[in-house]
Amino acid sequence: MRSAGTLWTRKHLLGMEGLSREEIGALLDTAVSLREVNRRDIKKVPTLRGKTVINLFYENSTRTRTSFELAGKRMSADVVNMSVASSSVKKGETLLDTLANLQAMNPDVVVIRHPESGVLEFLARHLDAALVNAGDGRHEHPTQALLDLLTIQDQLPLLGQSRFAGLVVAICGDVLHSRVARSNAIGLQTLGAEVRFVGPATLMPSQAAEAFGATVYHRLEEGLAGAQVVMMLRLQNERMNSSYLPSVREYAEFWGLNRARLRQAAPNAIVMHPGPINRGVEIASDVADDPERSVILEQVANGLAVRMAALYLLCGAGVRR
Amino acid sequence: MSPTFHDEQLLSPAETLALIDALAARLHASPPPRSLPWEEWVVIGIRRGGARVAERLWERLCQRLGQKIPIGFLDITFYRDDLDTIGPNPVVGATDLQMEIDDRQVILVDDVLYTGRTIRAAMNALFDYGRPESVDLLVLVDRGGRQLPIQPHHVGLVIQPAEGEFIKLLDSGEKMHVVRRRLQE
Repeated sequence: MRSAGTLWTRKHLLGMEGLSREEIGALLDTAVSLREVNRRDIKKVPTLRGKTVINLFYENSTRTRTSFELAGKRMSADVVNMSVASSSVKKGETLLDTLANLQAMNPDVVVIRHPESGVLEFLARHLDAALVNAGDGRHEHPTQALLDLLTIQDQLPLLGQSRFAGLVVAICGDVLHSRVARSNAIGLQTLGAEVRFVGPATLMPSQAAEAFGATVYHRLEEGLAGAQVVMMLRLQNERMNSSYLPSVREYAEFWGLNRARLRQAAPNAIVMHPGPINRGVEIASDVADDPERSVILEQVANGLAVRMAALYLLCGAGVRR
Repeated sequence: MSPTFHDEQLLSPAETLALIDALAARLHASPPPRSLPWEEWVVIGIRRGGARVAERLWERLCQRLGQKIPIGFLDITFYRDDLDTIGPNPVVGATDLQMEIDDRQVILVDDVLYTGRTIRAAMNALFDYGRPESVDLLVLVDRGGRQLPIQPHHVGLVIQPAEGEFIKLLDSGEKMHVVRRRLQE
């Protein structure tokens, strides 16, 4: 029998950068099959029995960590959560020392979130375990992009598309600080979609068009015009100061997605948000909660399936190395 | 370089269908001893080959019964025992069991029975959905070579392939046929 090892041979999932269309397809197909597990009475398969997954989070995260934890558990892996507050990092241990110590416990997969961009590429050179990037600084957040791609893929028929090619996706808000925007832009372009970055100039990377092939818009109404997928980004309050924005209220006024603005988009356009939502800032409550347009909760459900798929492929890919 | 192989036809498309039809007829005429009434039966095919056989068997069985019994499909990818030896297998489609299987009589259907590992995985998967009254195994071809204590209840064809030969159900759209495949250097 043909092995998925021919489709997925990577040791790590560090980012969307470099993933081929086929690799994305293998991951999404596996996730689709795993969604069924999450709808059963007994939500568990024995696939990763005896495997160990360590969640190592250097930044606060409830939903991503929970999603990885549950993903591991539903695949029967042993999952351990390490949060920075309870670790030796506070006592001055370096990142590499921490990981070398974890490595000594022989985990199969280490899931890492870290505030520094690109730190995983460095770690990957020093560790045996498969690494999953759960968000590194402003750089990448591949499982978020994959769950977004799966959510969009489900909606393609309703959007009048048979595939991603030609699909118009507007990624709106604080693009500058967003690893979600970055990973999504890369993945969407690999699949042939047309990506727009929509946001104020102060929150737009300087080389947005050149580096990501995205079309840049500085007015929300223009960026939304005809868009089939509207992906709102969280305003990262913790990273904000007055050099980026005059005020949150003004941001909401010009950049918040409300019903009137959504009418600029394509008639069946779907609304996405990676969460957590700042209600009344980047998105109005009635839009976020509209069951006809918002797919925000589908994103959460798909996140679990995508993370199960990633753990499955990474645990098995080790055999072919 | 990918290995080449030579296929020799074992059952033509017509013969394959006729064999499945004969299995349905036999099942209908002489159900296993201590069987439940037909309303309590469920046909479950193992993806991918077994699902095709199960569909055809189910159609014929329903025709003979003059009533519809439930049919479902199992994907056993996540129950396999070879993740550590051959790596991740491709998913072949999600499990689709819409019916309750508690206290039902299950006819588990596969195309070719070989080592028995697929059936082991399928039974583990099945029992995550409920507790059937009984499970009967029906296979189109039994080619021997078991590595587990598993025997079919209903068999279409028993054959003994030579060393290095594989029996495969090939499925090109509407047409299924069975071949003896020999790998070539």
